[in-house]
Amino acid sequence: MDWISKCTEIRRLILKTIGTLGSGHIGGSLSIVELLVVLYEKHMNIDPQNPNMPGKDRLVVSKGHSGPAVYSVLCSKGYFGEEWLLTLNQPGTNLPSHCDMNKTPGIDMTTGSLGQGFSCAMGIAKASKLKNDGATIYTIIGDGESQEGQIWEAAMFAAQHKLDNVIAFTDYNKLQLDGEVSEICDIAPLDEKWRAFGWSVLVVEDGHDCEAIDEAITSTRFSSKPSMIILNTIKGKGISFAEAAGASNHSMQVTLDMMVAGLAELRGEA
Amino acid sequence: MEMRQILAEELEKLMAKNEDIVLLDADLSRANGLSNLKRRFPERAINVGIAEQNMACVAAGMSSYGMIPFISTFAPFATRRICDQIAISCSYARQNVKIIGTDPGISAEFNGGTHMSFEDIGVLRSIPGIVIFEPTDGTQLRKALPQITDYYGVVYIRMIRKLAPDVFDDACDFSIFKVSKLKDGQDLSIFCSGIMVSETLNAEKELQACGIDAEIINVHTIKPIDRTGIITSAKKTGAVLTVENHNVIGGLKSAICEVLMEECPVPLQSVGVEDKFGQVGKMPYLKECYNLQTSDIVKKALEVLSVKNGIKDA
Repeated sequence: MDWISKCTEIRRLILKTIGTLGSGHIGGSLSIVELLVVLYEKHMNIDPQNPNMPGKDRLVVSKGHSGPAVYSVLCSKGYFGEEWLLTLNQPGTNLPSHCDMNKTPGIDMTTGSLGQGFSCAMGIAKASKLKNDGATIYTIIGDGESQEGQIWEAAMFAAQHKLDNVIAFTDYNKLQLDGEVSEICDIAPLDEKWRAFGWSVLVVEDGHDCEAIDEAITSTRFSSKPSMIILNTIKGKGISFAEAAGASNHSMQVTLDMMVAGLAELRGEA
Repeated sequence: MEMRQILAEELEKLMAKNEDIVLLDADLSRANGLSNLKRRFPERAINVGIAEQNMACVAAGMSSYGMIPFISTFAPFATRRICDQIAISCSYARQNVKIIGTDPGISAEFNGGTHMSFEDIGVLRSIPGIVIFEPTDGTQLRKALPQITDYYGVVYIRMIRKLAPDVFDDACDFSIFKVSKLKDGQDLSIFCSGIMVSETLNAEKELQACGIDAEIINVHTIKPIDRTGIITSAKKTGAVLTVENHNVIGGLKSAICEVLMEECPVPLQSVGVEDKFGQVGKMPYLKECYNLQTSDIVKKALEVLSVKNGIKDA
């Protein structure tokens, strides 16, 4: 698998999606590109032609504002055409800022009110256990989102119910809307917290290294506990103006000039 | 039989028939009389711990997997505390979650102000897509639960835990979406719910003794409200009294006023909690404190009748 060119392709789609509209949640979309590519290209048991396939794997993107990243990957998997991406947040769109299971094919849970999607994922994992259908439930939370108390309620629930069918990821890009996580309400030491809550924890030092993410996911198969993979990432990764904006890239204006420059950079022309 | 025992019996029957039904509680299964179900269905009756936010969203996730979750706790924690989880993960996401909130309003008694929900109907009524049902007695609860299970969507069941005086008999016709008329009358319509139904029936006897012919209608489902049932009665009698164990802001009175002002404005008075917080006390004391006694219903009925008759005479 040529991870790098696939990730570049997804970044191109994200930039076009947000740039066409003129603004959006670009930072936290770009920071999870490698994770989404590894999940959808290798690990997730799904069939875009049969979205209701029994026993299919699920992904709950609890940091629901990363919709544009998820939509770009779903588009590349064939859930809908590229023309849909250009309708982000337009009247009547099927692609709202935050993920909506009732609007977008391939979205497994409605998210956006932070902390809730993670709990929903634990409910899905419990239901899958009751139905004994062998599905793996993936979920992605933000580092800022980890300040929500509900995350930790769900963490205890998962450990209590031995939800070893859960593989969760923290997009640890160290930034939240208003600034640095460590300066606002620090969540460190994050790995120790998750271990203390009864989870099996892996830290991927470079959360943009597809091979490392792939290995981490593969190694969780041997865990009898729910797994948390902490990905050290960069908010706005891969597009210079977004990275340079720092915390301001949470949701930012993307002008036509910025989009053109960013697309050139992704083509290696910068 | 106590309402919680009836709830447990009916849920047991439903869970035995349908393996997709799960029951979640936040450490109140003993208080709500549901702990036996954990022994009967250890896989499907789960205490999630004291974590109501997580409970609501775990339920939403299970629903998205085809299950029918019932969640249960005290009324304020089943509504006010998890308002956003119910709004977004349950209703906005169009999930099939049933919410059981026990000890609403003054029935919280010695648990006092922190546990006394006078706002739960108002909180949920302003969220789209939620059915709000308050059973009057055990018969109504028994008849409602299978209908609630068959209905796809979020339903809030606002119920007392302990004994409710029998009002309905087994032969009564019951649809969750239609009001239940308890007595025909010509002079005024009294719309009542929950524990205030039997109080209203007591008041009706006193009104009858004064020669007043009141129509008594139990509005057990406050949302979606049975507009036809309310308008038909109000048009006939030309005067309305609402009686509820809830803040008069946001509850039954508000719901009835919204219907009547649009289609059939008539003089209206209300018996309910006048925008106050709860406090500790047994029910008779609390009824006195919040003007929820039989005598208050009689007094307000006479007041609204005098307005009606004043308009007629003018």
